[in-house]
Amino acid sequence: MISRVVTALSMASALALPLGAFAEDLAGLPPEERGYRIMERSDLSDAGFGSSTVDLTMTLTDGSGRSTVRNMQIDTLEKRGNGNGDKSLTRFFSPPDVEGTALLSHARILDPDDQWLYLPGLRRVKRISSSNKSGPFVGSEFAFEDLTANELGKYAYRYLETVQDAATGLELDVVECKPLYERSGYSKLHCYVDAEIHQSRRVEFFDRGGRLFKTLELLDYRQSTDGFWRAHEQVMTNHLTGKATTLRFGEFEFGISLNQRDFEPSILDRL
Amino acid sequence: MHRFVHLTTVLAAVLSHGTAALAGGTFRISPEVAFEGRFFGEDPLFEGQFDRVQGGLILSGDLRWTNDDRNVRVLIEPYLRLDSQDDARTYFDLREGSVFYRAGDWDFLAGVSQVFWGVAESRNVVDIINQFDTVEDFDEGEKLGQPMLRVGRATDYGTFEAYYLPFFREREFAGVNGRLRTALPVDEDAATFEREGEVFAGDFALRYSNRFDAFDLGLHAFYGTSRNPVLTPDAAGTELAPFYPRLVQGGVDLQYTSGPWLLKLEAVGADTANDTFASTVAGFEYTFFDIRRSGVDVGLIGEYLHDSRDQARAPVTLFENDMFVGTRIALNDTQDTEILAGAIVDTETSGTVASVEAQTRLGDRFLLEAEARLFIGSDDPLVEPFQDDDHLLLRLTYFF
Repeated sequence: MISRVVTALSMASALALPLGAFAEDLAGLPPEERGYRIMERSDLSDAGFGSSTVDLTMTLTDGSGRSTVRNMQIDTLEKRGNGNGDKSLTRFFSPPDVEGTALLSHARILDPDDQWLYLPGLRRVKRISSSNKSGPFVGSEFAFEDLTANELGKYAYRYLETVQDAATGLELDVVECKPLYERSGYSKLHCYVDAEIHQSRRVEFFDRGGRLFKTLELLDYRQSTDGFWRAHEQVMTNHLTGKATTLRFGEFEFGISLNQRDFEPSILDRL
Repeated sequence: MHRFVHLTTVLAAVLSHGTAALAGGTFRISPEVAFEGRFFGEDPLFEGQFDRVQGGLILSGDLRWTNDDRNVRVLIEPYLRLDSQDDARTYFDLREGSVFYRAGDWDFLAGVSQVFWGVAESRNVVDIINQFDTVEDFDEGEKLGQPMLRVGRATDYGTFEAYYLPFFREREFAGVNGRLRTALPVDEDAATFEREGEVFAGDFALRYSNRFDAFDLGLHAFYGTSRNPVLTPDAAGTELAPFYPRLVQGGVDLQYTSGPWLLKLEAVGADTANDTFASTVAGFEYTFFDIRRSGVDVGLIGEYLHDSRDQARAPVTLFENDMFVGTRIALNDTQDTEILAGAIVDTETSGTVASVEAQTRLGDRFLLEAEARLFIGSDDPLVEPFQDDDHLLLRLTYFF
C-alpha cells in the first residue's frame, strides 16, 4: 500500500514537468544528444513503477498461417541505482509440456545478463549462458535481446527525423539506436517514439548487413492509474520469412508486494 | 443446486487443462497420459528375462493450488506406471505431495517432495536427498518422492535450508523377468541397514546456496543412510541383497558462468563404515548460439568423473575414472525440438554407455520422445550385465 502511494507521488511530480517546453528544448541539440534525450525521456516516463506483474499470450504464426500459443506471466522488479537493470521472472503455463518452466533474468547494462532457468521435471535450477542475444526466444520472432530490459546505456543514439505516421496521424521522433553490447544480431534499430506520450510505437530492426528484416509494432497503449504507459499488444514481423509473433498482455498490476528475494534463483523451485 | 452448478463449472474449467479461481487462490490441474514402447536389439542375456518388446502406460500429472498472496502452495503429483513385461516396473509413486508456506524470509515445506542439487550434466554426486527411480531410468534421471520437513531462510548472505527426512526410500530394481538388470536379480525384501530403525532411522541435511557474480555456489552436509546400496550375493548365491550403510557426507557444487562457457564442479567427501572416499565431477559446457542465424544452438559438454573408492567394496553405480562427452542441440523452433546425445566412458575398462535422446511437440498437446541406449564393453563390471540390452524407447505423451 505504501509503495502504491510512493509511486503515485513520484508520478505526480514527473507529470508536473512541462513536457511541451521540454520537447522544444531538444530541437537545437546535436542529433546524438537529441536522440539520447528522447530515449531518456521515454525511460524516465517509466521510472518509479517499482514492480509489476502481467499475464500474456504469445502467438507464433508461421508463413503458412499455422499458429502456436504460449501463455506466460512476467513479474518485473525495477532496478535500484544505475549499475544494474530490472529483474524479471517469466513463468510458462502452456504449451502443457513446458508448463512450470521459468526464466529468471537480472539485466545488466553492457555485460551479459545473469539468467537462471527452472526445469520443473527435474526441479532443477540451472544458471544459463546469456550470451545468446540474437537467437529466437522460445521459437518466436523475438530474439533474446529484444526481450531483455531496455536499459538506456545499451545503445548509442542519434536523432534522425520527426515524421507523421500515415495511418494514425501521430507525430513520431525517429531515433537510430546502435547496440553497444556484444553479439547483437543487429547493426541498428530505428525507434519511432511518440512525441506526445514518449513511448515507442514502432521499432525497425536492421541485420548485420544493414538490411531491414524485422518490424515491431507496439499497439493498444494504455495508461495505468499510477500513470505508467504499457503497450497491450506487440506484433513482431519477420520480413524475410513472413513469420510473425504477437504478444497480447492482460492487465498490468503495479506496486504489488514483490521484493529482491522474489527474484533470487532459490525462489525458482518454490513457485 | 447452485453449489453443484458452481462445482461442475470449476471441474469443467479445470479438466480441460485449466485454471480456476478456488478458495482464495488459483487451482490448476494438468493430467497427462503416456504410451511407450521399448525395443531391444538383442535376445536377453539372462534366464527369465522377457524377449524384445516392452510396452508401458503412464498416468501422471499435477494438481497445484496457490493462494492469491502467492505464499502458500499445495502441489500433488501422482505417478502410475503399468508395464507389459516386468512386474517391478508396474508401480505407483507419489512424486510430490507437499504443502509449502512462505512467511517473509522464512519458508516451510512438509510432505513428499523432490530436491535437485548440482550443476553437472552426466551425474550429480551432491544430489543426495531423493532416492533415484532406477526402475524408471537406470541413469539416475528420475527420482522417487521423499517425505520431508524443510525449513528455509533467505538472508543477504545466501539461502539456508535444513531438512529432516523421516522415512527412507529404498532403491527399486528391475524384476527377474525385466531387462536392464544385474546377472543375479536383486531381492529387495532382503535389504539390510547399518543404522537401527532401518527405514525409520531418519536423515538430516543442511544446505547453503548463494551466488557471487559469475559464481553459483552450493554447500551441503548430510547425515543418514546411503541412497546407494552395496549389493552382495545371498548365502545361496542366487540373489543379491542390498545393504544400506550409514553415510556422513559434505559437499560442494560450484558453477562459473562466463559468455558461452559454463564451468562446473561437484565434489563430496563421504564416510561410511568401511570407506572414506571422495566423488567428483568436473567439466564444462560450451554453447554455440544461433548458428549461422538459424536459431539453432549447439552445446558441447565434457565432464570427468572420479570416485576414490575401491571397486571391490563399492556399490553398483560407480564412476571411478570416467569421461563424459555430449552435445545438446536445441532447434528453438515452435515445437521446442531438442536432441541430447552423450557417452560415458570408463577410461580403464573402456566400458561405454551411449545415449541419444530427442523430443519434439506434435500439435499443442502431444510430446514425442525417442531415446536410444547402447552398452559397449563386456569387461566393465557396470556395463557387462547390460551388454545385450541396447534399446530404443519411443514415448508419446498426451497432455489434457
